[in-house]
Amino acid sequence: MSFPWARQYQPTNGLMRFLDEKLPLPRLVYNAVGAGYPVPRNLSYFWNFGVLAGFFLMVQIVTGVILAMHYAANAQVAFATTEHIMRNVNWGWMLRYAHANGASFFFIVVYIHIFRGMFYSSYKAPREMIWLLGVVIFLLMMATAFMGYVLPWGQMSFWGAKVITGLFGAIPLVGEPIQIWLLGGFAPDNAALNRFFSLHFLLPFVIAGVVILHIWALHIPGSSNPTGIEVKSESDTVPFHPYYTAKDGFGLGVALLVYCLLLFFSPNLLGHPDNYIEANPLSTPALIVPEWYFYPFYAILRAFTADFFFVPAKLMGVIAMFASILVWFFLPWLDRSPVRSGHYRPLFRKFFWFGLMPCMALLFYLGGAHAEEPYIMLSQIATAYYFLHFLVILPLVSSIERTDPLPTSITAAVLGSDKEAAKGGTASPVAV
Amino acid sequence: MRQLITPRVIAFAVGMLFALAVLWALLQGVGPAFSTLAKYGRFTEPTAEQGFHEYPAKRDFSFNGPFGKWDTLQLQRGLKVYDEVCAACHSLKFVAFRDLSALGLSEGQVKAYASKKVVPGIDPVTGEVTTRPGLPTDYFPSPYPNAVAAAAANNNAIPPDLSLITKARKDGVNYVAALLTGYGPQPAELLKKFPDSKTPPGLHYNPYFANLNLAMAPPLTAEGQVTFDDGTKATIPQMANDVAAFLAWTAEPQLVKRRQTGWAVMVFLLFATVLAYMSKQQIWSAVKPKKTKG
Repeated sequence: MSFPWARQYQPTNGLMRFLDEKLPLPRLVYNAVGAGYPVPRNLSYFWNFGVLAGFFLMVQIVTGVILAMHYAANAQVAFATTEHIMRNVNWGWMLRYAHANGASFFFIVVYIHIFRGMFYSSYKAPREMIWLLGVVIFLLMMATAFMGYVLPWGQMSFWGAKVITGLFGAIPLVGEPIQIWLLGGFAPDNAALNRFFSLHFLLPFVIAGVVILHIWALHIPGSSNPTGIEVKSESDTVPFHPYYTAKDGFGLGVALLVYCLLLFFSPNLLGHPDNYIEANPLSTPALIVPEWYFYPFYAILRAFTADFFFVPAKLMGVIAMFASILVWFFLPWLDRSPVRSGHYRPLFRKFFWFGLMPCMALLFYLGGAHAEEPYIMLSQIATAYYFLHFLVILPLVSSIERTDPLPTSITAAVLGSDKEAAKGGTASPVAV
Repeated sequence: MRQLITPRVIAFAVGMLFALAVLWALLQGVGPAFSTLAKYGRFTEPTAEQGFHEYPAKRDFSFNGPFGKWDTLQLQRGLKVYDEVCAACHSLKFVAFRDLSALGLSEGQVKAYASKKVVPGIDPVTGEVTTRPGLPTDYFPSPYPNAVAAAAANNNAIPPDLSLITKARKDGVNYVAALLTGYGPQPAELLKKFPDSKTPPGLHYNPYFANLNLAMAPPLTAEGQVTFDDGTKATIPQMANDVAAFLAWTAEPQLVKRRQTGWAVMVFLLFATVLAYMSKQQIWSAVKPKKTKG
C-alpha cells in the first residue's frame, strides 16, 4: 500500500522498460527507498537509526564473511587463527576490529531505534507488526552476538558460553540434558564452538530476512513521525528520495565518524582484556561478564538472589531475564493511550525520562559491575522498576493521563497552519 | 468473574510478581549489607586485595596519543630485555622473527637473530624430532616443550605467553612496567590489619598484582643486568619501560599503521559528511519552513 499521491515508477530507457516488464526490481527499490515512498516531512534525526541499523547489519555481514575465510572454528586453533587474522592477513586487523566494534555500533543504533519507538509509541496500531518483527530481530541479534563472542575462544568467550548455556540448566528436570544437548558436551568445547560458528554464520541472513519483513510491514501504514498523528494529505509528506536519502546520508556520515574514531583509535575500549587470554577451562576469571550490550539483561539475571517461594533464585533470574525482553512483545496492548507521541503525553513523558531511562542506565552500569553490594541492591531496585514500568505504570498512565492537544496535521505542526502549506510549503518535486 | 481477568489485570499481576520476587531478594540482602556497612564503613568486608592493591600510574611512552609512534631503539632494547630475562620462562608464540624488521632490523640482522635461536624441527634424513637454527619465518620458540613442563619448572604456576600480555591486562603497558618494578616487602600495616595475609613461601609480594602475591620472582634485580647496544644506561625502571614498550608492540604491531589509516579515514569522512550535510540542506531548503514562529 502507499498513499494515492505516491509517485509511480517511470522507466526511462529500453533496458529499464525491459526489466520492469520481466522483473520489476527497479520498481521495488523505487517504491521502497526511492521517490515512490512518501514519508512524513517532520521526521527528526531519531528516525535515522533504522537506516543506520540496516547499514551496520551490512557491515557485519561483509566483514564477517571475509573473516570467516581466515578463521578456523576448532578449539585447538581458534584463538591462534584470530591472532593470525590480526597479524598476518592483509588488513585483517581492520576487518576484525570493524566487526567487533561493528557489533557494538549495531547494538547502539538498535537501542536508540528501540527506545525511540518506545518514546513515540511507534508500536501502536497500525504498526504493531513492525514492532513485533523488530523485537524478533533484536532477539536474533542477541543470539548472533553471543555466539560471535565465543568464536575467538578467549577466556570470556569460554566462560561466557559456559554461564549463558548454564542458564538452561536452571530449567527444572530437563535443564541439564538441554544444556548438554546445546553444548554437545558437558562444557563448551569443540562441538559447541563449531555449532556456534555455523549458527553465527547463518543467523545474520535470517536477520536480513526478518529485516525485509520489518520494512515490508513498515511500508503498509508508512513511517510514524514525531507528532504521532497520521499522514492526512500530500503536504504532510515528502518523497523518501531525495529528502530522506539526503538526510540519512548525513546521519550515516556522522555515525561513521564516531564508529571509525573507535575502530581506529580505541578498538578495544568496549571489549574485555580477559578475552585476549586463550580459553582455559581450569582457570575461572575473577569477573565473568558478557559484552556491554547484554549488561541490562545480565543485571536483571543476577538481581534475583533469593528463592521466591518454591522457585529457585537462579530459575527466577532466568525467567525474569527472558521476560524482560518478551514483555516488549506486549507493548502495543499494554499502552492503550490513543495518543502516540511522548511530546503530547506529559505523565508518560515523566515516567520515560525520569523512570525508564535512569533505570536502563543503571542496569547498563550494574550488569558490568562485580556481584557485590551495593550493586546487588541497586540492580534489584532497578529490576523491580523495570517490570513495574512496563506492566503496571504504562497501562495505568495510559488510562489516567490527560494528554495535550494534538496539532491538526503534520503540516500544521511544521508550518503553524495548513493554509501556509497550501501557499508555499508543499513538498514540490525537486529536480535531482 | 470473566470481567475481572482482563489483559490489564494479568499484566498488573505479572509485573507485581517479578517486582515482588526481586524485592523479596532485596529484603534478604539489605540486613547483611547494612550490618557490613555499619561494621566496616563499606558494603563489602575489607580484604587485603582491595586495601593494598595499587593501580599503575600512567607512563610516558612515545606511542601514546593519537599521533604516537614507536621508538624503534626502545623496542630493540625491550627485545633484548625479553631475550635475556623474560625468555627464560615466557614464550612469545604469536611473534615471528620476520616481524622484527618493524623494529628497524635489516633483513640480514633478522636472519642472524633467527639463526641464533634453536627451534624444534624434523631431521630431513631420519624424520626424527630434533632441533635446528631458526629461520626468519619461524616463531619465537617456547622455553618449555609443553604446559606440564612449564608448570613443573615453576612451582605449578605456568608463566603466561607474553605476545598479547599488554592487551590481556587492564591498562597493560603501564601494568607490565609497574609490575616489574613494584616488588617489595609486605607493608607492616597490611600484616597488622590482615595477619592471615602473609605472603606464602614461594610467592612474592607485589601490590600491582591482583591478589598481591605473585609466583614470579623479581626478574629485574640489578642495574646493568642487560647491556644495551645503544649505550642507554640499563637501570631497572629503564629496562621495565623498554620491555613494556616491546610487549605493547608484540600485542598490537599494527598500532601506528592503524592510527595513520584512521586519520586518513577520518579526514575523508569529515569531508564527505560536510558535503552530505550541505546537500541535505540544499535539498530540504525547498520544503523547510522559514525560521518564523510555527
